[in-house]
Amino acid sequence: MDSVDFDVAPGEAFGFLGPNGAGKTSTMRMIGTVSPVTAGKLTVFGLDPAQHGAQIRARLGVVPQADTLDNELSVLENLLIYGRYFDLSWAESRRRAVELLEFVQLTERSSDKVEPLSGGMKRRLVIARSLINEPSLLLLDEPTTGLDPQARHLLWDRLYRLKQRGVTLCLTTHYMDEAEQLCDRLVVMDRARIVAEGSPRELIDRYVTREVLELRFRRAEGEADDSAFLDGQLEGLAERIEQLPDRVLVYTEDGEAAASAAYERGLRPASILVRRSSLEDVFLRLTGRSLVE
Amino acid sequence: MTTIDLSRVRPGAIASRRSLRILEHDLLVFRRGWRSYLLSGLSQPFLYLVAMGIGLGLYVNRNGGAPGGVPYLDYIAPALLVTQAMMAAAFESAWPIMGKIQWEKTYHAALNTPLGALDLLAGDLMWIGFRATLLSVLFMVVIVALGAAVSPLVVLAVPVAVLTALAFAAPIMAFTATQTGDVAFNALFRFGITPLFLFSGTFFPIEKLPPFLQPLAWITPLYHGVAAARSLALGQVEPVGIAVHVAVLAAVAVAGLAAGRLTFRRRLVV
Repeated sequence: MDSVDFDVAPGEAFGFLGPNGAGKTSTMRMIGTVSPVTAGKLTVFGLDPAQHGAQIRARLGVVPQADTLDNELSVLENLLIYGRYFDLSWAESRRRAVELLEFVQLTERSSDKVEPLSGGMKRRLVIARSLINEPSLLLLDEPTTGLDPQARHLLWDRLYRLKQRGVTLCLTTHYMDEAEQLCDRLVVMDRARIVAEGSPRELIDRYVTREVLELRFRRAEGEADDSAFLDGQLEGLAERIEQLPDRVLVYTEDGEAAASAAYERGLRPASILVRRSSLEDVFLRLTGRSLVE
Repeated sequence: MTTIDLSRVRPGAIASRRSLRILEHDLLVFRRGWRSYLLSGLSQPFLYLVAMGIGLGLYVNRNGGAPGGVPYLDYIAPALLVTQAMMAAAFESAWPIMGKIQWEKTYHAALNTPLGALDLLAGDLMWIGFRATLLSVLFMVVIVALGAAVSPLVVLAVPVAVLTALAFAAPIMAFTATQTGDVAFNALFRFGITPLFLFSGTFFPIEKLPPFLQPLAWITPLYHGVAAARSLALGQVEPVGIAVHVAVLAAVAVAGLAAGRLTFRRRLVV
């Protein structure tokens, strides 16, 4: 970690957005007190992880990137024993486990083994497990990576409900739509540094224009260098133009107007798309690279 | 004047009482498989003792029996009791522990709770000790049933077997935490555990080994476990000799635990 400075307020949903290898997981492991803090200062609930690791973990819920479920135990037993790790009585652990299985819609699978569950179900079980100690802060590391869209939306819905109940969420993601859906505030990370901080709306307002015009050109066979073929034809069309290998992004307040302007200049793109700017664009602006490559 | 801050002195420096939670976890898993475990815990000793003690023993006894004219069954029964506890403990501290660290990563899930790395080590070591106790008691039942119990002191072979099991489990668990796959385990069993089983005085006295191999037998923990259990079982008790054997076993177990504290921390807290 080089330069990572942030505070998370109770009840908010805070996100770390960045590509793989940006240092998101390392930051989460430090907050979770399972990784030593090498330099700098970290306090969780006002406590020092080096001194009060167990006390901090007692109040945390953790959804790790890997499911780490116990295949030797049933769905219900996975929750039961986890409650015991937090010193709950068997009766209390069972009460909460049954309730949580209801919450993540796995009641019907409670006596099944874990192995045959789908990826989305396993994720939901891990979320239920992380809630067994009624944590004041829930850490989620890439909660929906590898899930199909339907499973992701179901998971987002559950996380949104938790947020409404006042649980503080802290999550990492490399999906901008996930960050936009769930986070009140986020930091954009790149190469073990924080490069920007704010709400999704603020970041978009601050770093990019309202709209983006995406142009794709059909290039002739063997045309190698893609920066050459436009040859400055888009110059002055908008505040900022970003050339990617497969398309050109024109950042402008009015996408339609920019599209017609380009057409007037004689450009004939194979496809034209006008859309609102997203966090993806913010990331591109800040780092010069895409989030998911 | 030196003052000691009592709040910083951790009772039971090995781990906290939280390690008992890991024991609970293992019992929860065991609930599913205990019947077949008990069944094989009874049938294995029976098969071994009948085949080797009674079957092979016919020929040994015809030639004067084991050293001291002891019937062969009585001679190998306490030794087999100790070796089977060792074999089980060696296995359980290798593959299943590797699964929890590397394959299923359930240790990592546990570390997100108030449990710490040393609780995992202590908890699972206790569990392996518990299983060794269970196996040894079952073995003892078979020994008594086959009429191979010479001295009532034979029951003390059970704690000796458990201590031997821990003397293997602790260092092997420490070793497991340094591995990222199970390749080395095959070598460990082929070149370590199996030769020990055969040549640590289990089936014949180590005095029959070539002289250059004998010191090697003395330094292996299994030899001490076998020797102590056998002298108790046959009622030939030399207090000093047994004390030495027990001390060696305890020393290896403690050294293994100390190594495990290091390797578990290094592996799991990164």
